[in-house]
Amino acid sequence: MANAAVGLAARAGAIILAPVGWLARVLDPPLRLMQKAGGQNGMVAFFLAPNMLIFGIFVLFPLVINIAYSMTGGSALFLEDRVFVGADQYRRLFTCGNYLDPGSCAEDLFWTAVWNTSTFVVFQVALMIGVALVTALVLNRDIRARSFWRAVFFFPVLLSPVVVGLIWRWILQREGLLNYMLHGIGLDPVVWLVERDWAFMAAIGVSVWAHVGFYALILLAGLQAIPKDLYEAAEMDGTRPARVFRRITLPLLAPNLLVVLVLTLIRAVQIFDEVYVLTGGGPGTSTLFITQYIYEVGFASLLRNPGLASAASILMGSVLVILTLAQLGIARKNEMRSKKG
Amino acid sequence: MSAITLTDVSRSFGQIRVLQDIDLDIRDGELIVFVGPSGCGKSTLLRLIAGLDRPTSGSIAIDGRDVTKVAAADRGLAMVFQSYALYPHMSVRQNLAFGLENARMPRAEIDARIAEAARMLEIAPYLERRPGQLSGGQRQRVAIGRAIVRNPTAFLLDEPLSNLDAELRISTRAELAALHERLAATMIYVTHDQIEAMTLADRIVVLRAGRIEQVGTPLELYNRPANLFVAGFIGAPRMNFLPGRIAGSADGRSTVELGGAGTMLVEKVEAAAGDHVTLGVRPHHLRLLPAGGGVAAEVTLVEALGSETILHARTPDRQSLLAVLAGQQEVAAGETIHLEFDPGTLHLFDSSGLRLQPLQRDSGAR
Amino acid sequence: MSRATEFLLRRRGGERWHWTDVFTWFWLAGGLVLMFGPALWLVNSSFKTPAALAEFPPTILPYVTAQATVEGYDRPLPLYEVAGEDGRPRVLAEVRRIGIVAQMVDPQEPGETIRVNIRDRTPKRSVSFATDNYVEPFVAFDFLLYLRNSVFVTVMATLITLITNSMAAFALSKYNFTGRSAVMLLIIATLMVPLSVILVPLYSVISAMGLFNSLWGVILPTVATPTGVFLLRQYMLTIPDELIDAARMDKASEWQIYWRIILPLTAPALAVLAIFSVVWRWNDFLWPLIVLSRKEVYTLQVGLNTYAGELNVQWHFILAMTVVTMIPVVLVFIFLQRFITTGIAGTGLK
Repeated sequence: MANAAVGLAARAGAIILAPVGWLARVLDPPLRLMQKAGGQNGMVAFFLAPNMLIFGIFVLFPLVINIAYSMTGGSALFLEDRVFVGADQYRRLFTCGNYLDPGSCAEDLFWTAVWNTSTFVVFQVALMIGVALVTALVLNRDIRARSFWRAVFFFPVLLSPVVVGLIWRWILQREGLLNYMLHGIGLDPVVWLVERDWAFMAAIGVSVWAHVGFYALILLAGLQAIPKDLYEAAEMDGTRPARVFRRITLPLLAPNLLVVLVLTLIRAVQIFDEVYVLTGGGPGTSTLFITQYIYEVGFASLLRNPGLASAASILMGSVLVILTLAQLGIARKNEMRSKKG
Repeated sequence: MSAITLTDVSRSFGQIRVLQDIDLDIRDGELIVFVGPSGCGKSTLLRLIAGLDRPTSGSIAIDGRDVTKVAAADRGLAMVFQSYALYPHMSVRQNLAFGLENARMPRAEIDARIAEAARMLEIAPYLERRPGQLSGGQRQRVAIGRAIVRNPTAFLLDEPLSNLDAELRISTRAELAALHERLAATMIYVTHDQIEAMTLADRIVVLRAGRIEQVGTPLELYNRPANLFVAGFIGAPRMNFLPGRIAGSADGRSTVELGGAGTMLVEKVEAAAGDHVTLGVRPHHLRLLPAGGGVAAEVTLVEALGSETILHARTPDRQSLLAVLAGQQEVAAGETIHLEFDPGTLHLFDSSGLRLQPLQRDSGAR
Repeated sequence: MSRATEFLLRRRGGERWHWTDVFTWFWLAGGLVLMFGPALWLVNSSFKTPAALAEFPPTILPYVTAQATVEGYDRPLPLYEVAGEDGRPRVLAEVRRIGIVAQMVDPQEPGETIRVNIRDRTPKRSVSFATDNYVEPFVAFDFLLYLRNSVFVTVMATLITLITNSMAAFALSKYNFTGRSAVMLLIIATLMVPLSVILVPLYSVISAMGLFNSLWGVILPTVATPTGVFLLRQYMLTIPDELIDAARMDKASEWQIYWRIILPLTAPALAVLAIFSVVWRWNDFLWPLIVLSRKEVYTLQVGLNTYAGELNVQWHFILAMTVVTMIPVVLVFIFLQRFITTGIAGTGLK
């Protein structure tokens, strides 16, 4: 069945790609001339051009002018219409009586979002790694139909954030499935998405539900790379299972755990889509996170302030750069260690 | 129709000089073999001729036309790669046709050429298969076929037999020789195996560390190696080398002292008394002396192969010697034996490793 | 049956149940319910009528109350089962309800009105799938348009991604040129720059190019993915260079080497990237939400979100359209999940 599907997909692909093949053939004579004129280096430039052009226009250039944006004010869209205000936007973000109390800040929403995001990151990452690790350990046991079970946990990963958000909105609503189940075991119903704390926990739970399969998969790959004879040797030594886990499994899984940690951190800091669909940032501002703040200040609110949104996004970007550098550093260290080993 | 001339060709990768000052004339229709240990630059030299790589300096000409800056595709050469480099996603037929299609050859002629090559190489039954479904030997034939259909001015073969097992290698070697005979095309063949070089080549180019050591026919290299390296590289088992010293010269003869193993008189060579020399003699040229005399050595190992006997021995000053003796010999390890050889088969090299030329022959090792 | 029990109760060797065996069983069973349950519940709910959706407690199967057209009444009347005086159940149609008393008629003899206490009647229901939930959004609303937009974005973005990324990967893996490591560094650097960091300036670039409210404004910023270039380059590095030499000797142009030799041999990696690209582009939400402000250009995700906020929560339509939005991804999951999971384990791609 899977083969038939792959065959079908291949045929569909072939149909879609047929004009591409035709184009490639038609392009050959002029490209040959170009190769004659420009030589091999000319062709290198030709192969790189499309990707680098798109990349330059839509990633690199925006990245550079983002800094300029963050130093301008007003609500005009194009940079040339905007007023230079220096570091005013940053100053505004950081004007605060007490950073821990968003109410005392000039941009109270920003600091609400910052603290919401921080809390979210701490709990979501901890829960995510815990659940992913347990799932990976369970999947690594000698169970039958492992690929089926692996698929079970992976299923939500592919769902779109909008679908995830709507599924859970439907289940968590006042007369939804979850409340019915609570009712069934004799508990009082909870209006999940209307009570601040419950909504926050729902945001954490739903985002873990949606992504845990991916991280479990990475950890499972790490577990399966641990040589079996290490466990056999430990068993011969009569090592207790808990000790085997602490002294063999955890240390050898550490590289994967670090990768997962950094990836979950990076993604948690940027959390937006599924929570936005689930709660819309509410109730009140209890699930307002940084990305939503940037989106609303930059695009959605009545008093649009692109400069402020830019400044906030640069601050978030700096955090992400630090996390990514940490990831690359870890990756390199792992590589070196595995080379040595 | 295709003589290839290399003039002063050098190639460097960064600081590393892989080829230095290569001058070489490859004659039309000859099978020339580049041989040398790995890293000697023989494959790089082939790639320079192919046009897959450009020399840092010097020029390459085919039939008098300077092709140094001409792209590989336009040199009219064909190459057989060590890994065969067959396109894994194409059938054998498509592999053979690919180059011809690129040259915009009419379909009918492509088919005719493929049919001809398939017949010649006996690969017709596999034409519709993919390379992955063929054995090593079959793939090798396809790789050669891909070169043949191009009808190139010269064939370049980069260690084409190295991925075959020993038995297949010998039979394919013979087929390659026959193929060269039939096509009468220029072939440049790269190998690290001196036996392949000896059996196939019209001429051999011995390379070491980016330089040509000697160019000549197989027997020229065997009989008159220009230096210690060629002497040691060509011929199996390897030539024996013994260090010696010129004791003096008189009557058109020189006396060579072989530390501890005796002295011998050789035809006078251009060397002064006291010069250190190296004496070379091939294991096949050693004979057992029933009584004393000659070079004395202690047997360390006897390998009796039936048709011949290989003796591993050690001279008193701990130089190892190898002797290949015809037939079966009554010798045991630990015995001291005496070996002699025809002075005509002796090679002398000076202290820088170059061959010392004797002026005429004479009898005698004492 | 015994096979199933054996399957469920299988242990890890040993003679007795270890607590980890119990836990494994618990975790897998719980995972099965928790991971598939919500989506199944969604699909199930999407076939219910608004009336059935409003019911609490919810039913498992989609029921509708049976109705009958009775002579003398304009509307179809709901049917109830009522215990008759002789104890035999009768099927009556309810005309109206006053307090706890329902006025009912027998559909066969519509002349006579029967008064029944509402506690004595139970609605006569049957299982029925409310397919109107699916048909109506497509016919009456713009969902067909959204679907078309989503398909367009997904197909075009994936095609362009595959072509541009593979060309760049080819240049970066098979040529030595000055500045290659600089280009690689640049690509690595942008791995650190997620879209959410450059929303504002990217929006102005898109607007300046006249791509606001255009599907191309959604497509173009997503196609130069560094991940794609990386994945393909890693794969191309494993293709032997001798093949390229052979092709050059065969008079192939560099372009031909790319599309006749390299591309076919990179097919497995291209397939992985294609699958990921389809899922990514199909699921994209934040960027389309910003670029698309007119209904005619909405993608399914944006349309669905707007719809869920707009229409006084008409859940029966929203649920059905959520299912539609989910279908392509579920198909990918069913047929290609093994491919994807091994791909992730091998590349760490998501």
